[in-house]
Amino acid sequence: MDGIIQFEKVHYKYPEDERESLRGLDLSIREGSFTAVLGRNGSGKSTLAKHMNAILTPTEGRVLVGGVDTADESKLLDVRRQVGMVFQNPDNQIVANVVEDDVAFAPENLGVEPGEIRRRVDAALKQVGMYEHRLHAPHLLSGGQKQRVAIAGVIAMEPRIIVLDEPTAMLDPQGRREVLSTVLRLRREKGMTVVWITHHMDECIHADRLLIMDQGQIAEDGTPAEIFSRVERMKELGLDVPETTGLLYELRQEGLDLPLDALETEACAEAIAQLLR
Amino acid sequence: MAEIRTEALSHVYSAGTPFERTAIEAVSLAIPQGQFVGVIGHTGSGKSTFIQHLNALLLPSGGRVLSGGEDINRDKKSRRDIKWKVGLVFQYPEYQLFEETVYADIAFGPKNMELSPEEVDQRVREAAGFVGVESLFERSPLELSGGQKRRIAIAGVIAMRPEVLVLDEPTAGLDPEGCGQIMENIKNYREQTGATVVIVSHDMDGAAALTERLLVFNEGRLAMDGTPEEIFSRPEELLAMGLAVPRPTAIALALKERGLELDGPVYTRPQLKAAILRAWRAREGRAGTC
Repeated sequence: MDGIIQFEKVHYKYPEDERESLRGLDLSIREGSFTAVLGRNGSGKSTLAKHMNAILTPTEGRVLVGGVDTADESKLLDVRRQVGMVFQNPDNQIVANVVEDDVAFAPENLGVEPGEIRRRVDAALKQVGMYEHRLHAPHLLSGGQKQRVAIAGVIAMEPRIIVLDEPTAMLDPQGRREVLSTVLRLRREKGMTVVWITHHMDECIHADRLLIMDQGQIAEDGTPAEIFSRVERMKELGLDVPETTGLLYELRQEGLDLPLDALETEACAEAIAQLLR
Repeated sequence: MAEIRTEALSHVYSAGTPFERTAIEAVSLAIPQGQFVGVIGHTGSGKSTFIQHLNALLLPSGGRVLSGGEDINRDKKSRRDIKWKVGLVFQYPEYQLFEETVYADIAFGPKNMELSPEEVDQRVREAAGFVGVESLFERSPLELSGGQKRRIAIAGVIAMRPEVLVLDEPTAGLDPEGCGQIMENIKNYREQTGATVVIVSHDMDGAAALTERLLVFNEGRLAMDGTPEEIFSRPEELLAMGLAVPRPTAIALALKERGLELDGPVYTRPQLKAAILRAWRAREGRAGTC
């Protein structure tokens, strides 16, 4: 069955580069899934994200979003309506002086009628927990709050898919938690398809699928538990594993009979406590 | 330079306007030469305001900042001199690279110090050596990776040979490999020059493993000041301030909730592993005697 996002032998080379950033990549993303993408700097993960709403189009191969070829310029608006993007730097995404105007910006551009915009903006701000800040100035918000406003701006377009490219890289731990739990809730309540690109291993443990990018290709594809269990392989790819897996791995090497797939802190503590009881 | 000392240091932004906000209040502390200090606190806690006082980038609203016993803000000259002694690396310093080559960018600071060309050259090479970017001298900073740019920006500050190196979130946004390299570079600089290092970080695990002392800011005040061992043995207080604890500490807390109290401080993985192994061996020993 075809995915809602479909990559077919996609190659991409930036004009100024000698090497390709994507090298013959195949990928199918299922509607309603939460896919996390990890990879070291320069592995091609941002380039991958930018292909999902036609910011970039393949130099070879094709990308289909909801069946629409992203290279078809006459369908560009259609693709952008289906896929909302949130980027790393919240300051680069804010366009208005009042939070609710910022959230209304995209639906206004899509020509949505005013009454409907009002309804969508209010609903979106409530969904990210920023409704009470709707009349505030965005530049006075914290990083985590700004990212939630950016997410509200995306939801107000009512896309089927939300792609977040390192949305927490510039945030403090509290901001990171706010943004991740907002996205997890959206997915649960609205059934949105989520693609979450990150450096933080710990943010991937809630995903139903984890992709590891390396040198423009998908090096690993599986559930977080499957992939993180392969500690040596992760190190080879220049990545780390969550603290829980790293600890369990080292304890197993000492001869303790522990599972490697207890990714969450509570699950990890439970497994250790059971063994020591 | 001997030590840096703050005496009842306070800072109020937009004083006398409706936007008046006290960022830090009555901060008194001394940092001896050569110490490796971590500064933690959530956004808005005052930690960035605090470090900007260490090289007179901000003027105190109250209190003083002393370097080697002298007020760094006593006159124009002292405010200028302290900029060479205390090097400040901002968040995302790579956005401040602007020269055409890596070499020229690193040379910018020492050139402004009116040193001889030979001295500038020596310093550029030395600073590049600390962060491992000598092979990139002729490249344009714009064509390099994020981690490389970050290291070049840090080299630009190191080239001024600061006695105190202050870094605001030096690893933010980098992948694990990039983070590791930068922390290693900073550690080497300190070990080889005896410089004081003050590092602002959200990364509790890194702060726990590397620093000798932690300053915890909360609502503009210095809320805690101690060794990582002292600070992280009070995880409940940190959590109450909305801060994270190192991940090994979080796992230890979850074990404690399950009735398994580990002995000794736990804020790094080797400590956690050792404590669990001790508990396991004690249990195996018990089982053996049954």
